[in-house]
Amino acid sequence: MIAFWILAPVMVIAALGILFVRKAVHAAMLLAIVMMSLAVLYAALEAPFLFAVQIIVYTGAILMLFLFVVMLVGVDASDSVVETIRGQRVLAVVAGLALGLVMVLGLSQISLGTAVGLDGANKGGNIEALANILFSRYVFAFETTSALLITAAVGAMVLAHRERLTPRSTQATLTAQRMKDYAEHGTHLGPLPPPGVYARHNAVDTPALLPDGTAAESSVSRVLAARGTVRSAPARAEDIEPIQGQIGGAPHAGRDAVAPATTTEVAPATGEEDPK
Amino acid sequence: MNVTAYVVLSGILFTIGCVGVLTRRNAIVVFMCVELMLNASNLALVAFARQHGNLDGQIAAFFVMVVAAAEVVVGLAIIMTIFRTRRSASVDDASLLKY
Repeated sequence: MIAFWILAPVMVIAALGILFVRKAVHAAMLLAIVMMSLAVLYAALEAPFLFAVQIIVYTGAILMLFLFVVMLVGVDASDSVVETIRGQRVLAVVAGLALGLVMVLGLSQISLGTAVGLDGANKGGNIEALANILFSRYVFAFETTSALLITAAVGAMVLAHRERLTPRSTQATLTAQRMKDYAEHGTHLGPLPPPGVYARHNAVDTPALLPDGTAAESSVSRVLAARGTVRSAPARAEDIEPIQGQIGGAPHAGRDAVAPATTTEVAPATGEEDPK
Repeated sequence: MNVTAYVVLSGILFTIGCVGVLTRRNAIVVFMCVELMLNASNLALVAFARQHGNLDGQIAAFFVMVVAAAEVVVGLAIIMTIFRTRRSASVDDASLLKY
């Protein structure tokens, strides 16, 4: 009973969290908390087999499936706040509160008496006792379950299968397309430029600089550009002055080429060196 | 030991799952709330198995888990298919049959 009073608040809070978190990944994590706590409660309720099945099937398999789909669909697929039916959310919450109130009040009114306990039924082991019932009284339901599982697997395969509508593009067609683009629009034939490699920073999110000092946009992945996580190369060089002051070195001679945006600040510093 | 507390907890979890299904718009989260409701009913089944001292409740909970696993596989495949064609996982966007 101690396990129950520790886990019950945790489960209720985690379940309530599923209602309020914005991202599906967080909801999946909260659901994992609820399911693990449920497994412990099963162990406390003398159901060691269901304890293992809950962890393996629910937390292991089903939740992993959820996470896979969240990954495929995209983490950013968060809820829209637009209500299609007006007042639906408020009504749902009111109805839910009413249902919860009725359930809690009604269930706490009834007195179930003392529990019989499973010591007698579990004699000789819980798994053996379950198997005895499962393969005698429930054997037809058990066999039907196998048909259900096969149907579900085939259904998932049919749903996931995608027919190819266009012929597969080979390397030859890709090259021909590239040549055609070059002939018609003058698109660059060669590979895309690599990202910028600088003395103090070297990462794929920093664009290379063209000879005139502007950033080459095609040198960073367009996924990074769409996410807005592309760094600016001149910004990388902004803290160079304080650091040079700290280590007492001479100002960088080639800084103008790296940071054209900050030439005004650099001008006095380079002016001192110019007499050379 | 009394199982009333377990049954009340199962009722609370079921209610939370219900409200989640009604309020959330993301199909995946709606599905998670359905799973929460199934889990809550499982807890009630296991608790009542202990109350009555026979294992039929645990067998029922076991079958619920099997059906839930099959349901999740097909349901998530449907969500994936809808997402692939409509680029959205919102339950409000799949409304073509309405008109």
